[in-house]
Amino acid sequence: MWLTRIVEDVVRNDGARVLAGLIRLAGDFETAEDALQDAYARALVAWPRDGIPENPAAWLNTVSRRIVLDRLRRGPRTADLPENLAMPDEEVEAEDLSGIEDDRLRLLFTCCHPALSVEARCGLALRTLGGLSTREIARAFVEPEATTAQRLVRAKKKIREARIPYEVPPREKLPERVETVLSVLYLIFNEGYTSTDAPSLLRPDLVIEAIRLARLTAELLPDQAEARGLLALMLLTDSRRAARLSPAGEFVPLEEQDRSLWNRPQIEEGLTIIDEVLARRTPGPYQIQAAIAALHAQALTPQETDWPQIAALYDRLLDWTPTPTVELNAAVAHGMATSPEHALERIARIELPHYYLLPAAKADLLRRLGRKAEAAVAYRAAIELVTNPAERRYLERRLGECG
Amino acid sequence: MKYILLIYGDEARWDTMSSEEKQTVYEGHNAYGEALVTAGVMRGGYELKPISTATTLRFDNGKATTLDGPFAETKEQLGGYYVIEVDNLEQALEWAAKMPGMSSGSVEVRPLGMGG
Repeated sequence: MWLTRIVEDVVRNDGARVLAGLIRLAGDFETAEDALQDAYARALVAWPRDGIPENPAAWLNTVSRRIVLDRLRRGPRTADLPENLAMPDEEVEAEDLSGIEDDRLRLLFTCCHPALSVEARCGLALRTLGGLSTREIARAFVEPEATTAQRLVRAKKKIREARIPYEVPPREKLPERVETVLSVLYLIFNEGYTSTDAPSLLRPDLVIEAIRLARLTAELLPDQAEARGLLALMLLTDSRRAARLSPAGEFVPLEEQDRSLWNRPQIEEGLTIIDEVLARRTPGPYQIQAAIAALHAQALTPQETDWPQIAALYDRLLDWTPTPTVELNAAVAHGMATSPEHALERIARIELPHYYLLPAAKADLLRRLGRKAEAAVAYRAAIELVTNPAERRYLERRLGECG
Repeated sequence: MKYILLIYGDEARWDTMSSEEKQTVYEGHNAYGEALVTAGVMRGGYELKPISTATTLRFDNGKATTLDGPFAETKEQLGGYYVIEVDNLEQALEWAAKMPGMSSGSVEVRPLGMGG
């Protein structure tokens, strides 16, 4: 058991580094992944016998590279490998993993290539960069393992057959492609943070993976302010995790949360990042959203929330992403800064069919105004549309208060 | 690797264009074709006649039936294609993005090859 755990640790922490270099060497995702799997299997035999190497990642790197090279020499159909492949000698420890950063960047951009489906991008990023197993990804996205496996196979096949290049995009395409990468990470985060159908509202494992990948991306793309902005946004949003659900698993809205449960060190880290990145004066939608999250995080009580500034930030966000969802948030923020009536007027102009948060926001404003009968109608409309059970129970509780 | 760039557009829209507008599109394709040749990636291409000229053989249990019309009645029809030879999908997509006369419609990019 302990050995399996050590190997799993290495996979999580160094798997992406090793795999990224292997893919370049093999010129193919599958060959590289197979070789790495073989190397893991060999580690499980060799390590108990010879002791755990001083640098397990370098050991895996060398062994899997040899497997790849051997396979390339012998053609793809070789089943068995000579035993001595698993016996790296002294030079192994000396071999370093420098130059790998470029490979990991290539891997990031390839996995998040716009020629792949959005689901495939998420899956590939979690698999290759996050080191998650197919089973873990399937569990995270609440789907049968076979579905995930099939999607990953298809994506890797497309990378190979259509020749999606294993490269960092050229400078002129970089902004657009970085945006694609960040949107994949944000999607993974959101799926974990507001699960559409998980009974508990949260899937922390997915949130943690998204933050890990965002951290890696921000590290690999230090010049991209939005990458840091996204990391800050995730840290600040997730800092409220422990307060977002009651001990009974009920959804707790922001203004009712026990703020002492907020993760202070994580807030501090998020604030430090967003301060540094806003000073660069290259704004973008993730930085603006992080700035909004930062204002919430800094308010020690709901009354201290700087709503006028949050409303102003939402207006700026609208310049970047003029979507009905952002308009809804802007309307609510302006309502909190001025009056609920004002927010209701703005909301009345928003068209967002089938989106439960529109009637839910309306219901909340009407409740604040004491217009209980109208609020009840809006709560019922929201309950009709909501999918997450914890959020549904919250809305039902509110509806009960309108009776 | 060879890629085919399949140009889909609304034929009805094409029919309502003035001859000057059509001329502009053709000039665009002349220039595009020349650019492909200059870059050494041009491997062929054709404009397709309208779907009213299409005939489809439908096979059922190995038996062919001849049908009037295209394979599928859709809003956008295949109007022409180019075959180019470049290193990878990224480069193919770059060429596809430069397709002339595409105020709407789409260009499908597919690698050519056996099996898969």
